Amino acid sequence: MSILETTSVRTESVVRIENVSKTYGSGGNALLALDRVSLDVQQGEFVCLLGASGCGKSTLLSLVAGLDGISSGTLDTGGRKVALMFQEAALFPWLSVIGNVELPLRLQGVGKAERRKRALELLEVVRLSGFADKRPHELSGGMRQRVALARALAQNADVLLMDEPFGALDAMTRDILHDELERIWREQNLTVLFVTHNVREAVRLGDRVILLSSRPGRVIEDFPIKHPRPRRIDSPEVSGQAGEITDRLRAEVARHAN
Amino acid sequence: MPTEPPAPTKYAGARAGLEGLLAAETTGLGPEPQKIKTLTADEVSGLDALELAPKREKGRLGLRLWNSAWPKLLAIAIVVLAWELVYLAEWKPAYVFPSPTDVFATLKDLVTTVDFWDGVRLTMTRAITGFALAVAIGTVVGAAVSRFAPLRAAIGSLITGLQTMPSIMWFPLAILLFQLGEQAIMFVVVIGAAPSVANGLISGIDYVPRTWLRVGQVMGMKGFSRYRHLILPASLPSFVSGLKQGWAFSWRSLMAGELLVIVPGTISVGVRMQNARDLSDTPLVISYILVVLVIGILIDQLFNAADNALRKRWGLTGS
Repeated sequence: MSILETTSVRTESVVRIENVSKTYGSGGNALLALDRVSLDVQQGEFVCLLGASGCGKSTLLSLVAGLDGISSGTLDTGGRKVALMFQEAALFPWLSVIGNVELPLRLQGVGKAERRKRALELLEVVRLSGFADKRPHELSGGMRQRVALARALAQNADVLLMDEPFGALDAMTRDILHDELERIWREQNLTVLFVTHNVREAVRLGDRVILLSSRPGRVIEDFPIKHPRPRRIDSPEVSGQAGEITDRLRAEVARHAN
Repeated sequence: MPTEPPAPTKYAGARAGLEGLLAAETTGLGPEPQKIKTLTADEVSGLDALELAPKREKGRLGLRLWNSAWPKLLAIAIVVLAWELVYLAEWKPAYVFPSPTDVFATLKDLVTTVDFWDGVRLTMTRAITGFALAVAIGTVVGAAVSRFAPLRAAIGSLITGLQTMPSIMWFPLAILLFQLGEQAIMFVVVIGAAPSVANGLISGIDYVPRTWLRVGQVMGMKGFSRYRHLILPASLPSFVSGLKQGWAFSWRSLMAGELLVIVPGTISVGVRMQNARDLSDTPLVISYILVVLVIGILIDQLFNAADNALRKRWGLTGS
């Protein structure tokens, strides 16, 4: 399936990735991490990048976030701001919960009273307003990720990049965070590019699941996910489509035997 | 192998559905979507409450103090007892090796004199001035070294070398440079303490976690604001360790200095101790040793308190 077919219709694209390659090192040691990847993300879309180890999905996020430069191709975010979340919440321990959420606002030059008000609103969004004055270490892993989400929202970004944000959490917490993320994505009208190696998670959350090959990373297939929201990770539709994608992923992984 | 967790056995229906779908090799034609129930705010906050560790009962203040005090008191009692036994065994003549009672009587007389407190004040003023100077210089050097790679290549290992240098080695040079003056003592105190402070800051900056740096970069931190909001606070624990070590070095250098460099007209703790030795007043010499020990312990406690408060705030304590 061509990428262009699925994205040619309606709305503006927020992230345009065309034939992007990324090589690390040079000469004989050069490692091709991404090989001519093309991908368009539309405004308001929830796109999951899925692949086994070494498919360069995190690399792709770093490129979109501007943390690293591309080797060839075009990557255009139209000057839009991006926010990035990781597997670890990476909250700053010298700041309180609300201090962490306020920090991006502070860097944007928002005044003291205004940024406190805005940070409290964002904590309300992630249902943590009662924990504003706690220290990050006093919260559980799932709560910390919600603070990290509030902090990302405070960056006022057009695109939210998430790099396996729920990978280190237990299943129950992850389910809850799926629901929460879906709700916030809808309410805040976000565009999300979400990296995972968990097929069900990808199908649970995504409007599209982009399957990447490993070493080098290439787009193998673009699966549209049409099931109505809100979804459940254990629903038959989600499981069914996850099964289909898993088969495709296994075939790709088997290619790397020997 | 895919890293996806195995299908939960709890949801037999979902599994059956999945198997049925796979067998038919179709998607989206499964059973009618079930009525979906999403989580309520209550469920989210319920899980939050369960996941938070219950608050630990700290116990009464008096009991906690006693629990930490009695082992120390017992240790002191054992040392004093051993001392008394050695004295009673007449290992050395009593005027060379006095009994604990003699020493404590001398110490008691000592701390009730105004002269003594003047000496302590002079010594502490020197200690604090020297340490403050060492912190200022160490911080500037540390920041510069961590910022500029060539500077690090040039003097990075020199700083570590200076740190291991016994401070007493500097005194002959210091006396030649500054004669028997305050500057000679300050010179040695600063050169003894500044490298530790610099190294603390350098390693703090070097070990700022990569993810934090990436978070900062995505937030758009650059130049000064990157230091102000990320690098400096992140390196604080290591910097505090450097300060603590720097203090220990400056205190040692100062005591060596006061014994070696007797500045005319100043009667510091070191000078008084030297006088007591000249008069063969062993109880007084031991009294000064105890005074210096106690001051050292008290200041160390201050640094520990600061360090613990920081660790607690950051959640670095194993609780």
